[in-house]
Amino acid sequence: MIRLFANAKYDFIRWRRWAYALTAAIIIPGFALFLVHGLNYSIEFTGGTLIQVQTPQPVGAATIRDALDAAGIRDAEIQEFGGPLDYVVRARIGQGGAVEAGSTEATAAAVDSALAHALGAAPEHYKIVRFEAVGPKVGRELQGKAFLAIFFSFIVTLIYLAIRFEWRFGLAAVLATFHDILTTIAFIRYLDLEVSLIVVGAVLTMVGYSLNDTIIIFDRVRENLRKFRRQNLYEILNLSINETLPRSVLTHGTTMATTVALVLLAGEVLRPFALVMTFAIFTGTFSSIYIAAPLLMYIEKRWPGQDARGARAFRPAGTAAPEPRAPQPQPTR
Amino acid sequence: MRTIRNRVLVIVGLALLSGWLLLPKDVTQRVRDVATGRMKDTTVRRVPINLGLDLQGGIHLALEVDQSKGPVRDCADAIQRAERVVRSRIDEFGTTEPVVQIQGRCRLIVELAGEKDPARAKSIIQRTAFLEFRITDMNNLFRDALPEIDRALREAGVEVAGQAAGANVAQLFGADTTKGKKAKPAKGKAAKDTTELNAPGPLSSLLFQGALPGEYLVPEEQVPAAESLLARPEVQRLIPRGINLKWGTEVASRGARAYRALYAVEDRPIITGEELEKATARRDPVTNQSVVDFVLSRSGGRKFERETGRHVGHYMAIILDDRAQGQPPVIKSQIGQRGIIELGSKPLQEAQDLALVLRAGALPAPLAIIEERTIGPSLGQDSIKDGIRAGIVGVVLVVLIMVTYYRLSGVLAVAALTLYVLFTLAWLAGFGFTLTLPGLAGLVLSVGIAVDANVLIFERIREELQHGKLVRTAVDEGFKHAMSAIIDSNVSTALTAFILYLVGTGPVQGFAITLIIGIAASMVTAIFVVRTFYMIWLQRRPDMATLSV
Repeated sequence: MIRLFANAKYDFIRWRRWAYALTAAIIIPGFALFLVHGLNYSIEFTGGTLIQVQTPQPVGAATIRDALDAAGIRDAEIQEFGGPLDYVVRARIGQGGAVEAGSTEATAAAVDSALAHALGAAPEHYKIVRFEAVGPKVGRELQGKAFLAIFFSFIVTLIYLAIRFEWRFGLAAVLATFHDILTTIAFIRYLDLEVSLIVVGAVLTMVGYSLNDTIIIFDRVRENLRKFRRQNLYEILNLSINETLPRSVLTHGTTMATTVALVLLAGEVLRPFALVMTFAIFTGTFSSIYIAAPLLMYIEKRWPGQDARGARAFRPAGTAAPEPRAPQPQPTR
Repeated sequence: MRTIRNRVLVIVGLALLSGWLLLPKDVTQRVRDVATGRMKDTTVRRVPINLGLDLQGGIHLALEVDQSKGPVRDCADAIQRAERVVRSRIDEFGTTEPVVQIQGRCRLIVELAGEKDPARAKSIIQRTAFLEFRITDMNNLFRDALPEIDRALREAGVEVAGQAAGANVAQLFGADTTKGKKAKPAKGKAAKDTTELNAPGPLSSLLFQGALPGEYLVPEEQVPAAESLLARPEVQRLIPRGINLKWGTEVASRGARAYRALYAVEDRPIITGEELEKATARRDPVTNQSVVDFVLSRSGGRKFERETGRHVGHYMAIILDDRAQGQPPVIKSQIGQRGIIELGSKPLQEAQDLALVLRAGALPAPLAIIEERTIGPSLGQDSIKDGIRAGIVGVVLVVLIMVTYYRLSGVLAVAALTLYVLFTLAWLAGFGFTLTLPGLAGLVLSVGIAVDANVLIFERIREELQHGKLVRTAVDEGFKHAMSAIIDSNVSTALTAFILYLVGTGPVQGFAITLIIGIAASMVTAIFVVRTFYMIWLQRRPDMATLSV
């Protein structure tokens, strides 16, 4: 029988300050970049035109750029998309005047004719396989919708946590999830991923996934608080994290297997989504252990709960390992 | 024992139901007929899962009323008119299942899966609607010309299409209402007499006299054949001068067969949509009939008065975009600027629709495209291929992890996982949800997340065993204690997915849907199915001392 991390007794909480430093080192530069440059929003949000061109032989992005320049279409982004045979041309509204608002269709026609001029008109020279034109109004609406989605998911999960846990646990869990959103934004900024609606979807799924992980640990904390009357919160947290460690490793392993498969194999369109989901697994796991658990400790210390064990949270832990728990009077139902 | 049997029955039942939902079925689909180039309904055998535009290729258009040439007062009404017009042009799209729907108040969504010519599709949608009133062929000029047309067709080498059609002619001309009862007894003899020179011809065998002059009914499956015959130059030449043929929009069923109306109408409209000012539907409180009131412009009213005075007792076809809308009403008396169309005991809904048709022709609503997405069919194919490949690799990895780590229990979990995939797909098919590319990703991802419930349970069982519990107790306790964590975690994921569904657009909604369905199915399989497997296992080996977990 393979057992990973069975009966582990790591003192996770002791390393919390290192963890804060690490997460700050990720978030702060990422956020600074975010504030300076913003994010690379897809045309769904900005409005504009996207054209994906497929060519039978590699022609190189430079050829396409020359073709567009010759036709007077400047400030359009040209990117290889997944391989040397696919190119994506993006022209956003309100970016160096690449596209006038309301002329997304005209831009598409201009790009098409420029390509026909440079590569040859027949479909064996190039093929437009994807075309998106989004008016500025639709883009603005979608921005609003994405914002609402993130906002409401917070509200709804807050309500759910309020019902399921007492507020100290809920607050810690929500703050940990908020931390995850910050790290994810930093991650998206570092890789300069294109933020489309499906990436927002990945962020929301991440919120659910991370919260789920926190809940699993807190569920154990709640159970252990009832079971072990003499340990302080520091010890209970460590114990609970260690007890759920095999589960965390397994579940994150299987989920990671699927997201990595998506990153590598599912094609270019889904890649940003899959990358964000893969990162979500890391940050979700990290925040459950190093953000949610210590936060709970601080909150219990500041506003002690019923049994006031939070006040003892920082008392020298003595031996971090809990006493053997074999003879527990289990209420049998 | 009894509970195990019931549980197995439930599982087998669910699996059979899912399998049945996923069996390839005859689905009615509109496909382009190669011979005539028109769309027709056919039945196709396929697995009944709807694919989104991003997977099968196609066009998604969002349109709004074009306000650039002056503001439009009531955009909701304008978009309703536009929707009615676009809907009436549905046959012109080269696509299988066009979606035309109003989103919110003032936006029209048109989705054309598999459309290969975006430019043509856009021009069809944006074409200005044209409404006209025309008198039907009261003197049966077209019917009188039919023998001539048939002869010309026969000379051109066109055969009568099929025996069944031939056999129907006598029967249907017998049911001819316009000829009156008097004609009936004579029919048999006349038909016999004329067999030689006037046997059911290639065209006349497809047409059956309708309830009013100038109305002909064509069996729905023969419509393309009739259209291609009518399009031939020798037929066009012989259609009497001053007469046009217009197809109707409605499909009427008589008995087991469906018929489409074809109207022979005068080529000169007595009035057009430009002269129409208002049209509203209401139910007459006195007669309790559905009626449409309409008001014409002053000049239109004068013209209409003159024309209707000449055509009392005649039928007036209402033609929008070359298609006769509904059955032509009869002109009862001279009408001026204000008129009423009576629909008799038909539901108010139909009157409202007719009023909408009239308004659509009177006040064409120009549409501006505010969003367009076109996905080439080859890209969709690639997406499906890549998505499925990623899915298989991901699932195989999950299976390997579970089986190596949990051994026999892992095998149980994998067996449950198979059911999970089956349930999820069946659910998608059963409720007619659409599978999109992000949805495919959601499906793959949810396989990874789905095993979480099993992991929670197995880990808990291991812990209980470690505490020296007996196998049976450990299993019971494991399921019991893992339950709250499983429910909590699934509910939190489902809630965020639900919000995503509410605010998302097509592809993202597909993701949310598969995630939600996946979560629900994983709860069923992880908790119920795996539990049952364990029960069977423990039943077989009651003395089991160690558990393969």
